[in-house]
Amino acid sequence: MNDYLSGLGALLQQYDVLGAFWTNIQLTFWGALIALALGTLLALMRISPIASLRWAGATYVSVFRNTPLTIIMTFMVMGVWTALQIQLADNFEDNFFRLAVVGLAVYHAAFVCEAIRSGVNTVPLGQAEAARAIGLSFLPAARLIILPQAFRGATAPLGNTLIALLKNSTVAAAASVSWETSSTMKTMIEFNPNYLWEIFAVFAIGYVILVIPIGLLTTWLSQRLAVKR
Amino acid sequence: MSASVLFDAPGPRARSWTLVGNIVGALVVLAVAAWVLVQLDSKGQLEPQLWADAVSARTWQYYLIPGLLNTLRAAAFAIVGSIVFGLVFGMGRLSQVSLVRGVSGTVVEFFRAVPVLLMMVFFYGLFGQLLPGVSDKAFLAVVVALILYNGSVIAELVRSGVGNLPRGQGEAGLAIGLTPGQTLRSIQLPQALVAMLPAMVSQIVVVLKDSALGQLIGYQELLRTGQIVYSADGNPLQVLTVVAVVFIVLNLLLTVVAHQLSRLLSSRTAGQTIEGTGIGNPTAVAAGAGGPNNI
Repeated sequence: MNDYLSGLGALLQQYDVLGAFWTNIQLTFWGALIALALGTLLALMRISPIASLRWAGATYVSVFRNTPLTIIMTFMVMGVWTALQIQLADNFEDNFFRLAVVGLAVYHAAFVCEAIRSGVNTVPLGQAEAARAIGLSFLPAARLIILPQAFRGATAPLGNTLIALLKNSTVAAAASVSWETSSTMKTMIEFNPNYLWEIFAVFAIGYVILVIPIGLLTTWLSQRLAVKR
Repeated sequence: MSASVLFDAPGPRARSWTLVGNIVGALVVLAVAAWVLVQLDSKGQLEPQLWADAVSARTWQYYLIPGLLNTLRAAAFAIVGSIVFGLVFGMGRLSQVSLVRGVSGTVVEFFRAVPVLLMMVFFYGLFGQLLPGVSDKAFLAVVVALILYNGSVIAELVRSGVGNLPRGQGEAGLAIGLTPGQTLRSIQLPQALVAMLPAMVSQIVVVLKDSALGQLIGYQELLRTGQIVYSADGNPLQVLTVVAVVFIVLNLLLTVVAHQLSRLLSSRTAGQTIEGTGIGNPTAVAAGAGGPNNI
């Protein structure tokens, strides 16, 4: 029993599990930031009066929403970096990290766009009509009247996308970010197969601890922020 | 689009502005496309030979089609399995027995919180220990991980589908003397299943996309066979584009089916047909959704 515990302790000391989770949190943070900006822009394009922008936004969404994230991540390394020789940083680690962030962002921006659009659908007709009646044109009306209410309505789907983004940050393994959780777990299992269950439990519980508070928080926020009508 | 309320029915001035904006927007889109093509060309990625290798008959016959069949095989097993898993645990979450409710709730919440990739890696290791003689361990790991995650999502769909039915449906069942279990099985579930069918078709898109994660544990699916092609031919950008297009076409077809089903079935159930968000929890819809469509 003592051997077992000391073996497990040594294993957890040998591999930087907390550091791996920190990498995924960083991937999620930067990915979410860029995806939110890009997704809002796409949502604006999709509700704008200009047909060509609507079409471009819709095409972006249907392309990236239907491509597996694994392919996007592989493409970031093999297509963007190897074939096109686009480098985002001088050293390997930062380069792969940033490529993975871009991959996560372009994929999740499509879902952010759809979340915001579903939020726009919750804004009653009268709000847009009132904005027009006081003389606001499309952009001021969107900025002052529609989007603030749309974001409130979109809290639940946006939080849902954030949770998916956190879990999907493990796919950074396909973009050679080999120090994040899924790759760390794979290496640990390969070299210590006798601790298979324990290793999985550590990582799984780590994600449960990260995901459940985000879920509770966004549910609470979505109720609190919902515009009472 | 003419029904949009976000902007006024345009007058002559607005129409000319929109036309200008339209042309400028189209030019910007074309300029971006042209810039990408120029970049591709400057790196020699538009060489006809690279693209020809990626779509040659040999590539399709020996790599991409066998890979696609493996992807579809894993997805088919995963979908059937997750429907069974989802029905069992979805009904478990609606059970009258608090113990069954609690266990089903914990199982569903756990498998929804753990990334699918971690489950695949774990089951790959586990099957390596439990089934040393089995050759297709990666396939089993992919299918089991997909079943546990997507089954949990479907369990949530079942629960929310029953929850979204009008209260009268359940009350009517109890009023004619059915037990709560009978009411669930013969009155609520059939209507909830019809209401959730479009979201379930959307979930197939998620299963197809997630099956590509099998590449990371060495399952010979479409992305993996594509990688074999480009590591021999040296055309990763081209092959990955072809593989992505195959996935996009398949998923767009499924999305169209989900959309049509949602329209067709909305008159067949007392519940609301939703199509699902295509990511994470499909029941996380915008607060007050179902109101007037602004777009």
